[in-house]
Amino acid sequence: TVPSAIAIHRPASMPATALAEPSTTVTTSRDELFTFLRTMSLIRRVEIVSDQQYKARMIRGFCHLYSGEEAICTGMEAALDQSRDAMITAYRDHGNHIVRGGSAEEVFAELFGRATGMSKGKGGSMHFYNAKKLFFGGNGIVGAQCPVGAGLAFGAQRLGTGGVSVSCYGDGAANQGQIFEAMNMAALWKLPAIFVCENNQYGMGTSTRRGSADDNYYSRGHYIPGIKVDGMNVLAVKEATRVAREYAVNHGPIVMEMSTYRYSGHSMSDPGVSYRTRDEVQKVREERDPIERLKGIMLEAKAATEADLEAVEKEIKIQVDEALAKALAAPEPEPSQLTADIYVGKYEGTIRMVEKS
Amino acid sequence: ATITVRDALNQALDEELSRDPRVFVMGEEVARYNGAYKITKGLHDKYGDSRIIDTPITEAGFAGITVGAALMGMRPVCEFMTFNFSMQAIDHIVNSAAKARYMSGGQLGAPIVFRGPNGSAAGVGAQHSQCFAAWYGSVPGLKVLSPFNALDARGLLKAAIRDDNPVVFLENELMYGTAFARTPEFDDVDFTLPIGKANVEREGSHVTVVAHSRAVHTALEAAKLLAEKDGISVEVINLRSIRPLDIPTVIASVKKTNRLVTVEEGWPLFGVGAEIVAQIMESPAFDFLDAPIERITGADIPMPYAKNLEAMAVPQPQNVVNAVKRTLGKL
Repeated sequence: TVPSAIAIHRPASMPATALAEPSTTVTTSRDELFTFLRTMSLIRRVEIVSDQQYKARMIRGFCHLYSGEEAICTGMEAALDQSRDAMITAYRDHGNHIVRGGSAEEVFAELFGRATGMSKGKGGSMHFYNAKKLFFGGNGIVGAQCPVGAGLAFGAQRLGTGGVSVSCYGDGAANQGQIFEAMNMAALWKLPAIFVCENNQYGMGTSTRRGSADDNYYSRGHYIPGIKVDGMNVLAVKEATRVAREYAVNHGPIVMEMSTYRYSGHSMSDPGVSYRTRDEVQKVREERDPIERLKGIMLEAKAATEADLEAVEKEIKIQVDEALAKALAAPEPEPSQLTADIYVGKYEGTIRMVEKS
Repeated sequence: ATITVRDALNQALDEELSRDPRVFVMGEEVARYNGAYKITKGLHDKYGDSRIIDTPITEAGFAGITVGAALMGMRPVCEFMTFNFSMQAIDHIVNSAAKARYMSGGQLGAPIVFRGPNGSAAGVGAQHSQCFAAWYGSVPGLKVLSPFNALDARGLLKAAIRDDNPVVFLENELMYGTAFARTPEFDDVDFTLPIGKANVEREGSHVTVVAHSRAVHTALEAAKLLAEKDGISVEVINLRSIRPLDIPTVIASVKKTNRLVTVEEGWPLFGVGAEIVAQIMESPAFDFLDAPIERITGADIPMPYAKNLEAMAVPQPQNVVNAVKRTLGKL
């Protein structure tokens, strides 16, 4: 048994039967539960190690960690079809990359600016992509991923792939005008687009109440339906995504608001305690942590023993340590990479360097 | 027989839509209204709602949608009613489209043509009269084209749509109705012009004048006056492409004429002319110059509405005549 959707928004004009009620019970399997646990633990461990490596000055620039939010991308992915459903997110993208088949080694190597990084070391923390798995990043401009995500749905619709697009954005990005531009056209053209508002309660240091006149993000695209979901419960996320995907394919755009929390600051430059209390963070960790929650479900259902859970933890730790070692040993990009990948095919001009050769 | 720039653009779109089912046109009033400037006239009737797509007034939104569609494998033509409105969407052109390939280590590609009228129009005031050649020309990852005549319009638009990179295609409203000779190239559905190649519109020996878009017309008018009244032979180069910029063609010409004048309708600071001057300074052509390079540009002011003031803000043939004569020490 999982908590049903926290709230559902059905536009007045919508036929009552169009959007199914997410089920309060889900059927899962021991394998699936272990897969969830492994994926979420892997993301958590990668972020913990990223935090350490950042503090050891191995990672440059911006680095936004996903700890606390792992259930969202993990649960959604379980209800999506990687062969045709596109995904796009903002800069907090390590987790999304991992659920789209990315390895810890690719993440670390990219963060360290190494040739074996997912973007050859040229993207950095905010720019992970996996074109073959229809993962389109990894976007550093807050909110810009949503029209692009609607465009992915447009492409899927016109090419007749039967796929949907999932565009993740935060509660901060929710106030960008182009979110509403994207939703408007998605509704007009019935694009198979799922807009996922990952509401972690703070856009940088601004709480939702200080930033949003209406913080019911699931109903802010008032003419399109929305589901508010417990984003800290991987089973609830999966069930809601199943319902949302079915709706998007048959009827058009839908919003999912994921109620979640980030343990880290907005980025590595933010200790995360000037605008919220340590107690608040601690309380969420104790009461809502998505990994502990899943472990509880597994124990309760007798799908795992304490020893099984510890074994997974150990296994992930070894896996991440190995990935870290490989990434640390990886070479920096070749100097020739500086001017590669700017254009497809031959560039008819010359690329000027710092000095004009 | 002649053909207008407008009809040449329309024909090029028609042919490319017909050639590749992934091509579609999206923008405000492009479909049922037949385009604010009628560039897409008749295309909606022929290709229907799935290929010619009206959007609401929502530049950031639909520019972003074309980027997503391109990432999924479509070949969008994104029309801005004018490039002035592209400022609402410039983030998608620069950050979402131009940089996608590099940031992803070569994984992504965004083959889109962002097109529409650019530069100064007539009597529409400051917010609707501005050239974006220098803005977009500065961005790696973009190609930026600026056609002058009907042949340029046809050959470059078809090349842009077939290019696998994002291309900014800067048309000029005041040239849309101008007719040019309908040469055999207009009957060849596979005719394209090479991107990154300038064209010598008029050969000459005394001075090189390099221009783009409608300023090519201004330069040709000046060249005619100079030839008729003063016996001065002007070579006029039509850049066609802003990025890549065909500096080799300018260098070759300067080596021959030893004098250079640039003409553009955009603002002077950090403009196309400024870039050409800098690149000539850095090139072997510098040693061939017999006079300082002259720049003729739009005035460094917001565009005024009044007719007399507007004329003073946009390069006129006489300005080019003056500059040419100064480089020859004849003024």
